[in-house]
Amino acid sequence: MASTIHAAARPEVVFQVRSVSKTYQSGDILVVALRSVELELSAGEFVVFLGPSGSGKSTLLNILGGLDTPTSGDVRFRDHWLSQADDAGLTRFRREHVGFVFQFYNLIPSLTALENVTLVTEIAEHPMDPQEALRLVGLTERQNHFPSQLSGGEQQRVAIARAIAKNPDILLCDEPTGALDFPTAKLVLDVLAHINEELHTLVAVITHNTAIAAMADRVIRLRSGEIVEITHNERKARTEELVW
Amino acid sequence: MTTLHRKLFRDLIHMRGQAFAIVLVIACGVASFVTMRAMYRSLLRSQADYYAQYRFPDIFAAVKRAPEGVAKRIREIPGVAEVKPRVVMDVMLDVPGLAEPAVGRLISIRPGERGGLNDLFLRRGRFMHQAAGSEVIASEAFAKANGLVPGNQIDAVINGRWQRLTIVGIALSPEYIYEIRGSGSLFPDNKRFGVLWISADALTAALNMKGAFNSIVVSLQPHASEAAVIAQMDRILERYGSLGAYGRSDQISHRFISDEIAQNRISATVIPAIFLAVAALLVHLSFSRLVNMQRSEIAVIKAFGYSNWQVGAHYVQFSVLIGMAGCLLGCVVGWYFGIRLAAIYAEFYRFPILVYRPELRIFLWAVLITGSAALAGAIAPVMRAVALPPAEAMRPEAPPRFRSRIIDRLRPGWISPGLRMTLRNLERQPWRALASAFAICCSVMIVVVVFGMFDALDRMMEIQFRDAQREDIVVTLNEVHSARTRLELARLPGVIRSEPFRIVPVRLSYEHRSKKTTLLGLLRGSEMRPMIDRNGKSNAIPRSGIMISATLADALHVRPGEKLRVEVLEGSRTVREVLVAATVDDLLGANAYMDLHALNRMMQEDHSISGALLQVDAAKQQELYQLLKRLPAVAAVSIKDAEVNSFKDTIDRSMGLSLGTLMIFACIIAMGMIYNGARIALSERGRELATLRVLGFTRNEITALLLGEQAIITIAALPFGFIAGYAICAVMVERMQTELYRMPLVVYPSSYAWAVLIVLIAAAVSGLLVSRRIAKLDIVSVLKARE
Repeated sequence: MASTIHAAARPEVVFQVRSVSKTYQSGDILVVALRSVELELSAGEFVVFLGPSGSGKSTLLNILGGLDTPTSGDVRFRDHWLSQADDAGLTRFRREHVGFVFQFYNLIPSLTALENVTLVTEIAEHPMDPQEALRLVGLTERQNHFPSQLSGGEQQRVAIARAIAKNPDILLCDEPTGALDFPTAKLVLDVLAHINEELHTLVAVITHNTAIAAMADRVIRLRSGEIVEITHNERKARTEELVW
Repeated sequence: MTTLHRKLFRDLIHMRGQAFAIVLVIACGVASFVTMRAMYRSLLRSQADYYAQYRFPDIFAAVKRAPEGVAKRIREIPGVAEVKPRVVMDVMLDVPGLAEPAVGRLISIRPGERGGLNDLFLRRGRFMHQAAGSEVIASEAFAKANGLVPGNQIDAVINGRWQRLTIVGIALSPEYIYEIRGSGSLFPDNKRFGVLWISADALTAALNMKGAFNSIVVSLQPHASEAAVIAQMDRILERYGSLGAYGRSDQISHRFISDEIAQNRISATVIPAIFLAVAALLVHLSFSRLVNMQRSEIAVIKAFGYSNWQVGAHYVQFSVLIGMAGCLLGCVVGWYFGIRLAAIYAEFYRFPILVYRPELRIFLWAVLITGSAALAGAIAPVMRAVALPPAEAMRPEAPPRFRSRIIDRLRPGWISPGLRMTLRNLERQPWRALASAFAICCSVMIVVVVFGMFDALDRMMEIQFRDAQREDIVVTLNEVHSARTRLELARLPGVIRSEPFRIVPVRLSYEHRSKKTTLLGLLRGSEMRPMIDRNGKSNAIPRSGIMISATLADALHVRPGEKLRVEVLEGSRTVREVLVAATVDDLLGANAYMDLHALNRMMQEDHSISGALLQVDAAKQQELYQLLKRLPAVAAVSIKDAEVNSFKDTIDRSMGLSLGTLMIFACIIAMGMIYNGARIALSERGRELATLRVLGFTRNEITALLLGEQAIITIAALPFGFIAGYAICAVMVERMQTELYRMPLVVYPSSYAWAVLIVLIAAAVSGLLVSRRIAKLDIVSVLKARE
């Protein structure tokens, strides 16, 4: 039953990346971060980018998230041409469509958990209720605490709540569990999987933790600025099953 | 150069914006210190040199007429070094090109004599020839104001006769550095009052004063008692119609100059102190941040074996370097301003030479003071760096802790998260917010005080010349006339209204205290002199008894209801006990007033007058002036508008430069503080702001978040600046209160508006500079880097 629906409604391709290259100057050296990358991402997908340091995964994520523009090639999100957008255009794109989760949470220390979420819902077009976002990450009880009063895992869950509260089309997570211990990391991943299923948000996670790859629809491996392999998981692992 | 030194220079270059702001604030303080302190010393020295070289006398006395033999008796008083008897007479002048009549003070000199008391410094031309009775030397201020040069002629009425005088020289005299007629007028009116030195033979002949004098000046031997000599002189001169001898402290030019010079000394302390306090605060804030940011560097340096002492010295050198840069800049700017100011002062004070040569020790002081301020600012952060254990320093600084406080008691939803962030940041570091607010407060205060002093002057002029003195012209007769003369004056062309007055020189005594002044008799209910006090209220002249200025009452310690001894210093020299009927808190001079008829009765004379106050029709003014110039009975004419304008001129010239400079200084304080505050906030919250950019906040939104803090501090500091400014104005009005004038305490709303405008412009410029930094914020790096 489930597979027929799946077949009937082929998920919409939201991101199209066409021969994207990125080079930048680092001191006197020209660094090639991405070389002719071709990629499509669909709505509701859970994608994991794997690769060692310097493989270009962060650069790719930055370009997808509208933080950076490619040196050459095209990036299209639905009808937005990100590769040609200016700073204001990129800001609008981020504001309307993207939710970010950072390795070090990057919460605003002077705002409580709830206020950190409210900060984003106030500038979003179709936000959810901030308390609802906190409920989704299981932090209703802690909503009036400041970041310095929360554990690392709690802080990351607030960061996820903040990212999803605007009802983004894409949730981009850069090493979301990099700073967390194993049980806490699993809790956070659980929240991500939950968001992906409940809200059908496209979730892209970059990590060098291969264990996380098991919970993705697709795993994209990068090395030296190139996509070297894309694998489809027949069955997404549940977070309880992950071990590292 | 050690590696630590290299680090120091690179760090300095890295934080050049902030360092430059601090350097500027320090430079302002040092520049004002060097300029004012050196100017104060230069003025004192120039004054002393001038007095010594040109033999400024120690004691002065005026008499009606005394035979020359009397001068010899004075010469014999123990302690007297030298005497110079002379003839001094105020006469009406008709100056070419000047519509109004002017007053010339003729002073006799012996043409051949050089190097005596009150020696002249000849600027142009020559001394007069012995034989030529019509040759005069004019004072420079008067000649300049009227465009007179040697060879020009002016007409004078001397003893009722017209005489044409030829200017042969232009000179300066130590007696008339500040050239005003007497204690009745407050400001030099160089166009309408000037000193003319004339050959003694010519003047004594014209005034029938051969073998006599009416003025004498005396110099004292070192360590002689001025008071004792004055007492003896008074005894000798009393029967010759003396108004009483007086020392330098009552000599009007000397007094004005000395007051002015003393004022420089006060500002030379207060203004630099404000700047250096702000500079110390800026150093403190910047260095606290620097040490926090360099925690790990400090740890590494210590881990490698550098001692605490070396680490401390490193940061101390850092602050001293900034301090010395500011000091150097300040010294150069101060020197330059000093030279500019010296030119203005030399012109204003009429010193033959005003050398602005700052002494080395002023610069040494500047270095010392700056060093102390820089150290005072740096000491706490440096101690923190020194005390930091290497292991702890390796760890990043603990994240800022926020707790629910005041603003959380406000209902949520009232204020946006953005405003909450700003308020919580302020709340978390109240001392820093207070320090910033203090600096803003200072700059607002400076502007309010500067404009407030102008307001006070303006108000003083308004009260005095619009409300208190409603006449257009004061005509003083050369001797006491009968009331009939008033009717003649009233019939002159253009005269709309006239009121007579009687003026009598007196000495007022109460217990052992006494004061010389003039007693002015006016009509009761005078419309031209409604006796306006400092608050603008009018006071009626009492029917009997005397009304005196509040300052005079204070000086004599006398209160209404008590009796004063009034000693008339002319004619029959009557002495009377008179009841003090009232006091009036007036603005100019230390005066005594009586009802005209009561005064006449006291003087036992019948309706005598000394002159009249006139209100005139502007259209017929020129005609009236022409006529007045030619009336032999008229000794002096003073024209109110001309006086007011000349005063405004003086103020504009002497205050323009220093006030303009203070304004710029106020801007620099505000900018230095706001810019540094915003830069520190940017450095501390850069990661937070970059995160917000990633989350979709626009550049303007995060700029607003960052600058909001400074905006709130600035706005909150404004009212305190107003209050502080008003308070300083009150202190200054109180301190500047002299017997010569009192200023009303008033600050117009426009002055507050100026303060707001100037500080807001400074804030906007700083904001703009910082917002350029925000544009350069690297938003990608925050995804990875942990602070």
